[in-house]
Amino acid sequence: MPTFAQKTQSKCTTKANINKGSAVSKTVAKTGTGAVAEAMRQINPDVVAAYPITPQTAIVEEFSSFAANGKVKTEMITVESEHSAMSACIGASAAGARVMTATSSAGLALMWEVLYVAAGCRLPIVMPMVNRALSAPLNIHCDHSDSMGARDAGWIQLYSENSQEAYDNVIQAVRIAEHSDVRLPVMVMLDGFITSHAIERFDMIDDKTTQAFVSEFKPFSPLLDTDKPSTHGPFDLFDYYFEHRRSQAEAMKKSKQVILDVAKEYEKLTGRKYDLYKSYQLEDAEVAVVVLSSTAGTAVSVVDKLRDEGIKAGLMVPRVIRPFPAEEYAKALTHVKAVSVMDRSDSFNAEGAPLYTELTAAMYQSGGRPVMSNYIFGLGGRDVHPSDIEKVYRDTLDNAHNGKVKKAVNYLGVRGDE
Amino acid sequence: MAKIHELAEAKPRLASGHKLCPGCGASVAVNLALNSIAEPVVVSAATGCLEVSTTAFPSTSWETPFIHSAFENSAATISGIETAYRALKKQGKIKKEIKFVAFGGDGGTYDIGFQALSGAAERGHDFLYICYDNGAYMNTGIQRSSATPMGATTTTAPAGSQSIGKGEWRKDMVAIMAAHNIPYAAQASIGYWKDYVNKVEKAIAAKGPAFITVLSPCPRGWRSVEDNSIALAKEAVTCNFWPLYEVVEGNNWKINIKPSKPTSVEDWLKQQGRFKHLFTSENKETLDRIVARVDEEWQKLLKREECS
Repeated sequence: MPTFAQKTQSKCTTKANINKGSAVSKTVAKTGTGAVAEAMRQINPDVVAAYPITPQTAIVEEFSSFAANGKVKTEMITVESEHSAMSACIGASAAGARVMTATSSAGLALMWEVLYVAAGCRLPIVMPMVNRALSAPLNIHCDHSDSMGARDAGWIQLYSENSQEAYDNVIQAVRIAEHSDVRLPVMVMLDGFITSHAIERFDMIDDKTTQAFVSEFKPFSPLLDTDKPSTHGPFDLFDYYFEHRRSQAEAMKKSKQVILDVAKEYEKLTGRKYDLYKSYQLEDAEVAVVVLSSTAGTAVSVVDKLRDEGIKAGLMVPRVIRPFPAEEYAKALTHVKAVSVMDRSDSFNAEGAPLYTELTAAMYQSGGRPVMSNYIFGLGGRDVHPSDIEKVYRDTLDNAHNGKVKKAVNYLGVRGDE
Repeated sequence: MAKIHELAEAKPRLASGHKLCPGCGASVAVNLALNSIAEPVVVSAATGCLEVSTTAFPSTSWETPFIHSAFENSAATISGIETAYRALKKQGKIKKEIKFVAFGGDGGTYDIGFQALSGAAERGHDFLYICYDNGAYMNTGIQRSSATPMGATTTTAPAGSQSIGKGEWRKDMVAIMAAHNIPYAAQASIGYWKDYVNKVEKAIAAKGPAFITVLSPCPRGWRSVEDNSIALAKEAVTCNFWPLYEVVEGNNWKINIKPSKPTSVEDWLKQQGRFKHLFTSENKETLDRIVARVDEEWQKLLKREECS
């Protein structure tokens, strides 16, 4: 089955310029974790501090092997926990180094406190994040509870459908994070096991081009500049804290344009087009599904099947969740009669999952009012089949015809909710 | 070693005008240590009195690069900084020698920051960790820590009709750090500046992790007189409650000061309101246990020295 990325690539680029960026490119077959490790090798950060956790482990293992064999200049810190991983990243980044780490699930949860510190100190740390369910019960498989739980930590969040996107997003993340208008940490998501452990083909650009693209890191008031001592992470009272937070919010706002600019520049090198989101058959769609990451590929095949039946089905796949491009997302969906948002996490607010609530709020402000419904699916790695997604489209069609939602929040593919 | 007039004349790396309480030992512990280091120093500090009293934006008391990240990660943070230094030095982007010192109170060291400290020590980063040890979570209002002495009253283990205050003995932090087989671990007191400065110099000269816990009185938490802090820090040593010793490479124990005739433990306790309740007939047994324990610990230390 062609991935969504392959389909949209072939749709939005002419045959002549597919993968015809200026960079020398080679096609390789690797797992998602391998793709991320390769991107990290090419970025060649000064410091990597990481703690292994399934399914992120292979990233750290493969990168450690690069370091052990002199393929990178990186100094590794094999910390004793994810809390210390992020803390060491904060120290190293404030010191003036280009810094990366990677994590999943409970590891991200353990970092929670210091995720905010990294963002508040405006440190451009880049972190691949392999999505995995949170305990309890213990589960190592894919859902988005981990990164969705951290969506308000002040980090930019990019979601990847497959290895190619994970690789491309990690490289672009460095430029986004370090941009002087932004200076915020970025996490790049890929689906645990589905993407992280499946071997796929993807195109890598050459090391030299990657190095030139990410260019030299220019730190801001580094601690190691001992001639100009600076104090990082000070104590703020009610007189300044709010201004600091406000400027952080402004940086997040500005990052949207930077994400687009970096994507344009990256496209010149690779021929691969990146935007805030991807769409498939959305322009004239009557019903649409919105879904993140690897599920998009399955959804494309369902759209094709429904289109063959004459049903105007469309698909939207957000890439950027923080900042949340409410205006662009609402605009993309405003003409659609009914939209179902598929969330691979639950926010336990008893009113719908994160992507659904944020998109619904975005539609309210835009004035466009498709009938909105939510399908929570795939928790703990539960498979989502084409037939499940087809059911979502058929429910959405009913909603479109009725002009109202039958059931706003649904659980898909779970016992007791069939 | 640095002479006292050199220390006194050196520009303090922690400037005056900070907001630490009168009689607080923390600034003494910081400036004695930092002024005895010749090289540029990058400092990290745990959340606590030292940090909140010296960095209230938009001012800072730090004349040297400083970072505060969180309560439990001063050691992890400095390990990142030290690694960044090695990385950039290897690439030729930094030429000079820089030293790295992490500070934490006893809460940030013995308790919540213990894992990060143990990890950083095991990994062998070249840094000095200094715990300014005042024996409780003073910044948040005198709550019990695992460094709080047995019998002291704190707000979370208060003395009462059914309680003697803290019912447990203090964690033996120097022995725990020495058990990491790090090059240098020591116990010091701001009451003995020369011994402390000496230890900082040895710790900085050692290649790898070094740990010093320095007794740093807190008049608010100890319920003691502000201008008596240095004297209390001295008397803690002379009564053997707080022996001054060092452990080199995890097995070479050396007691630095051996009082020829130890002063009275009771007299030292009496000067601190946190032990006031021990001087009643019903708590006599506890007081006796504390006094006996001081001697037991001293004997243990003598044996450790003898065996190494």
